[in-house]
Amino acid sequence: MTHFFVAAISIATVLLYGCVGEIITEKAGHLNLGIPGIMCMGTAGGCLGVSLYMGSLSSPENASWILLVLISLLFSVIFAALLGGIYALLTVTLRCNQNITGLAITIFGSGATNFLMHSFIDRTHFEAAGKIVSASLPFADRLGGFGRVVFGHGVFVYIAIVVAIACAFVLNKTRVGLHLRAVGESPATADAAGINVVLYKYVAILVGSAIAGLGGFYYIMDYIKGSWENAGTIEAFGWLAIALVIFVLWKPNLAVLGALLFGACFIMYAIVNITPTQKEIIKMLPYVVTIVVLVLTSIRKKREHQPPASLGLSYFREDR
Amino acid sequence: MEKQTVIEFRNITKRFGTSVIANNNVSMDVKRGEILSVLGENGCGKTTLMNMLAGIYYPDEGQIIIHGEEASIRSPKDAFRYNIGMIHQHFKLVDVFTATENIVLGTGKGEKYDLKEAKTRITAMSEKYGFHIDLDKKIHEMSVSEKQTVEIIKVLYRGADVLILDEPTAVLTPQEIKKLFAVLRAMRDDGKSVLIITHKLNEVMEISDRVAVLRKGEHVKTVNTAETNEKELADMMVGQKVTLNIDRPMPENPELRLNVEGITMVGNEGNFVLDNVSFDAYSGEILGIAGIAGSGQRELLEAVAGLHHLQNGSVTYINPKKDKPITFYHKSFERVMELASEGMLRYADGKDFTGKDADGRALPKKAIRALVEAGEIFFKEDEIINLREKTPLQIRELGVRFSFVPEDRLGMGLVGNMDIIDNVMLRSYRRGKSVFVDRKSPEELANEIIKNLQVVTPGTHTPVRRLSGGNVQKVLVGREIAAGPKVLMAAYPVRGLDINSSYTIYNLLTEQKKNGVAVVFVGEDLDVLLALCDRIMVIAGGKVMGTVDARTAKKEEIGLMMMGAAAQSENA
Repeated sequence: MTHFFVAAISIATVLLYGCVGEIITEKAGHLNLGIPGIMCMGTAGGCLGVSLYMGSLSSPENASWILLVLISLLFSVIFAALLGGIYALLTVTLRCNQNITGLAITIFGSGATNFLMHSFIDRTHFEAAGKIVSASLPFADRLGGFGRVVFGHGVFVYIAIVVAIACAFVLNKTRVGLHLRAVGESPATADAAGINVVLYKYVAILVGSAIAGLGGFYYIMDYIKGSWENAGTIEAFGWLAIALVIFVLWKPNLAVLGALLFGACFIMYAIVNITPTQKEIIKMLPYVVTIVVLVLTSIRKKREHQPPASLGLSYFREDR
Repeated sequence: MEKQTVIEFRNITKRFGTSVIANNNVSMDVKRGEILSVLGENGCGKTTLMNMLAGIYYPDEGQIIIHGEEASIRSPKDAFRYNIGMIHQHFKLVDVFTATENIVLGTGKGEKYDLKEAKTRITAMSEKYGFHIDLDKKIHEMSVSEKQTVEIIKVLYRGADVLILDEPTAVLTPQEIKKLFAVLRAMRDDGKSVLIITHKLNEVMEISDRVAVLRKGEHVKTVNTAETNEKELADMMVGQKVTLNIDRPMPENPELRLNVEGITMVGNEGNFVLDNVSFDAYSGEILGIAGIAGSGQRELLEAVAGLHHLQNGSVTYINPKKDKPITFYHKSFERVMELASEGMLRYADGKDFTGKDADGRALPKKAIRALVEAGEIFFKEDEIINLREKTPLQIRELGVRFSFVPEDRLGMGLVGNMDIIDNVMLRSYRRGKSVFVDRKSPEELANEIIKNLQVVTPGTHTPVRRLSGGNVQKVLVGREIAAGPKVLMAAYPVRGLDINSSYTIYNLLTEQKKNGVAVVFVGEDLDVLLALCDRIMVIAGGKVMGTVDARTAKKEEIGLMMMGAAAQSENA
């Protein structure tokens, strides 16, 4: 049972990064379907950081936890934000269709990641790095099952929760959050109120992409401990993260719980002894609950539970 | 004492593209502590001029002088810096935010984000000027008037000394207008400058201290309200004498065209939007429908047009078909057979046509088709068609010639992003049997509408949303009339239009009446209703208060009925 919870939390962390990143972006009125690709790109960036740092050491044993975490985090964030920047340039400045741009970004992101992982990135020390990054607090094991579930994770799990709660706070309790929500609901109103709509959109997309990118990196380094096959799994998590945004009604704090539920649904097949057919059915669960949530919120028609009003629409100031 | 000048426009010119000059060499001033009306017809450039003050547009030539210094207002933010705030016609509010959140939006950079503190300040301000508003209410739960109040507070909260209101009364009830005017006066007395963009003369006279009149992008004159009158202002506005009487011929052989009997409709909140409404519309007359906005006028027309579900009652259309041949142009084959079995049809020699031969055997389909196409089958009587619970499409398939000019021009009448031809086609695309739509005849029709109704447009391929309100309305009414209706229903067809455009519409309606169309006209302006219509039905709260003869009825009488008093005399 402990194993199940630990695994569920790990999957939840991947989803939480992607989901919170997408929420921030959507709150600015941009539906970023490029999130799966951006998560891949964050993986490539983080892995590049790891390979550069590990390669600079004489022996993997000399690696410092703090430096490894900081360098890989920085690289991951920068790479993801770079791809997010392309999306922002296309959709904010050039006002391209958000859906098409997003899909293009996803296809590009996962392809580019596969390419980078097989060319520039040296994966020899990944296993060692993975162990270091996923190191949990030393006393976690001594606290039994409960300890392992609550404290037995790498630092990126806790960063995810802190980021989600911080985002919820910023969105709901600060002026910046108020302005961001206004931009996503009604950019013309925000513009008339003297808010720099373009700046808010750019910052939200870049920050959202950076957060999402960490999800992919966490998956490779922590969850599967440095092994690598291709970007397909991360992309799949990206789509699930976007579904999760709808499930948690665009609320980052709810996303923590929602991600946990999705993670549990996702991993359930691994612990119960079932046939492959049943396994695929269980894997469908997150999407089924998302559809149910969509149906329920549509029936209730509560305005607070709807997506930002101008989601997916480009903003032209001179339009009348 | 001469009031201090706050803002001065000096030779302002603004062009859109190369051909449209919105403002040409406008020079005028705004004083402290005054209410200045900016008066002009639709498209005279009054909103553009004010938008330049609010930072939405930037003038191509000329200067704006604020407190003696040249100002450069490039964005709404700049406008705030000069303490100028504009309340747009379409409110700029975030629907899911509360009033307070909307008011503080974009303010207080560097200060602590404290909604409680903001609320205290807003409450103090509301008391000062006499606003009544629930600050925790979400915008989407508010009435139009409440939203407008939030907009005004929003502007004041930013410390505006100059307030620009774009057509503030267009959407308000008389009581709400009264309240708004009280607030505006309180602000003026507090030393603020209030600019009102409007084309309603009576309101100009009531509220403003001075009136600046614009015509075709140019500033005609600014006059003191006390030294002028409505007639003079109207003359300045249109630049030529306005004929105030509408041609009204007596109805010629009126025939019953539309009979509505006891229809009842329940609204979203379970209230009666229409309560046992009955009326008749006759060919060759204009039936006016008067009432305070929101008394069910719109719903009544929409219900007749088949857009609403009705609780009970009947809507019957009497198709003037007696002794006329039946055609496949308006009727489907099935409908012909249905009429035949009802005994509605006859041969040219007067014998019944039932779709069977003399021995009672059914005629082959081909033979019936040939008979109808040869024009040998006639209606025995006028066709009576029940319209209740039919969709607009079914109504059209029944061959009912019915035109509907909805209140919401670009929402229900026309598609804003489509050009005039495509919009005309929305009425005709079902014609013909080819897979390809016929674009030629709609194009001819579009050109005809543009020519006959003097629609100002760069061409038939311009999206209608780019046209001004009056021209959009002309396209819509033109299209509906071109459909050759027997009943023409128009809800507020002149709303938001200037005097000249309004008259064009009135004349069109009168022309239709002369052609024997039964016209139903929902109007706002009682003077117009009294001058244009033959009969006026007054409704209040979804109930018919009575029907009066428009030629003899008194304005006060109708006014009383609109407030809910039953008709004193049923004289129509």
